[in-house]
Amino acid sequence: MNHSPSSKSKTFIFTGLGSALAIAVLLSPFASTHPDGLDRVAQDHNFEKKAETNPLAQKLPFHAIFDEYSLRGVPKSVATPLAGLIGTLVTFGLSWGLGKVGSKKSDAPDSSS
Amino acid sequence: MINSLALPFPTLALHIPDGFLSLPVSFVTGAFSLLLLLISLNRVEKDYQDRIVPLMGVCAAFVFAAQMINFPIPGGTSGHLLGGTLTGILLGPWAGSLVMTVVFIVQALLFQDGGLTALGANIFNMGLIGTFGGYYLYKVIRSLFGFSRWRGMAMGTAIASWTSVVVAAFVCSVQLALSGTVPLQVALFAMLSWHFVIGIGEALITLTAVSYIWRTRPDLIFDSPRPSLSPKI
Repeated sequence: MNHSPSSKSKTFIFTGLGSALAIAVLLSPFASTHPDGLDRVAQDHNFEKKAETNPLAQKLPFHAIFDEYSLRGVPKSVATPLAGLIGTLVTFGLSWGLGKVGSKKSDAPDSSS
Repeated sequence: MINSLALPFPTLALHIPDGFLSLPVSFVTGAFSLLLLLISLNRVEKDYQDRIVPLMGVCAAFVFAAQMINFPIPGGTSGHLLGGTLTGILLGPWAGSLVMTVVFIVQALLFQDGGLTALGANIFNMGLIGTFGGYYLYKVIRSLFGFSRWRGMAMGTAIASWTSVVVAAFVCSVQLALSGTVPLQVALFAMLSWHFVIGIGEALITLTAVSYIWRTRPDLIFDSPRPSLSPKI
């Protein structure tokens, strides 16, 4: 018997995924553009130039779709929100899938192991 | 440079780009992370039931989204949530570690955030330090201040999440120094002074999120405050 999620857990999934999407789409344009901790230290102490200028990730096909957290080929104002939307959904799906593959069926006979 | 910030690499908190770590440091941190992840996968397969699956998806989505939101701190710098302690508290260290790893892999592969050669170090610093170190510290503090009381949870959550950020900054400094990128004392002082403050943001966000679930769905917390209502996992 493969029971579907209860309504309580559906509510949680919709609330949880909904707030994650809202954060990624609505808040991302307001994220601080100041350098973050490691960037700042790299700038202050002159080792930021050691960063690979042509890293491996830029040779992947995804680089043709995303320029960092910007979706290519769409207006600048929506590029980051859309990248956030897609990234959040992909992360959600992969993590769900990994959990599905990795965890046990809750119906499996389980005697307090 | 087209990059609006004119920086040569993506700009997110502790994400180490390619080029900052030496080959040996990358290799050792990568191997260590891989080992912990294999143990985690094994424990999930053995101990977790599939009722955890939706929470794994939601946690990953939330951490990914929250990591996009850099908050400013005084002095012209910014930080963002790491989320390792948060996922450790909600999912336990084993499933929590897998979830954090999914986030860093998506960031590195799809969004060129964090170097692929530094992936193991980034998973360890920003993920596993929180999911293991943060989680166990939270558990000890929560036991001390009242395991089933909000106060115990809040103290454990706030202190553990702040500490996980500071320890992550410390470990990152050591990795950079061992790689010959920057002298240890310079790295330690600079990294710790910023991350003492960034850690406060981590504590506030983590406490807000865990408090919300504590009030609405306490049964979802890995160490549920009402053990009678939830099976061990």
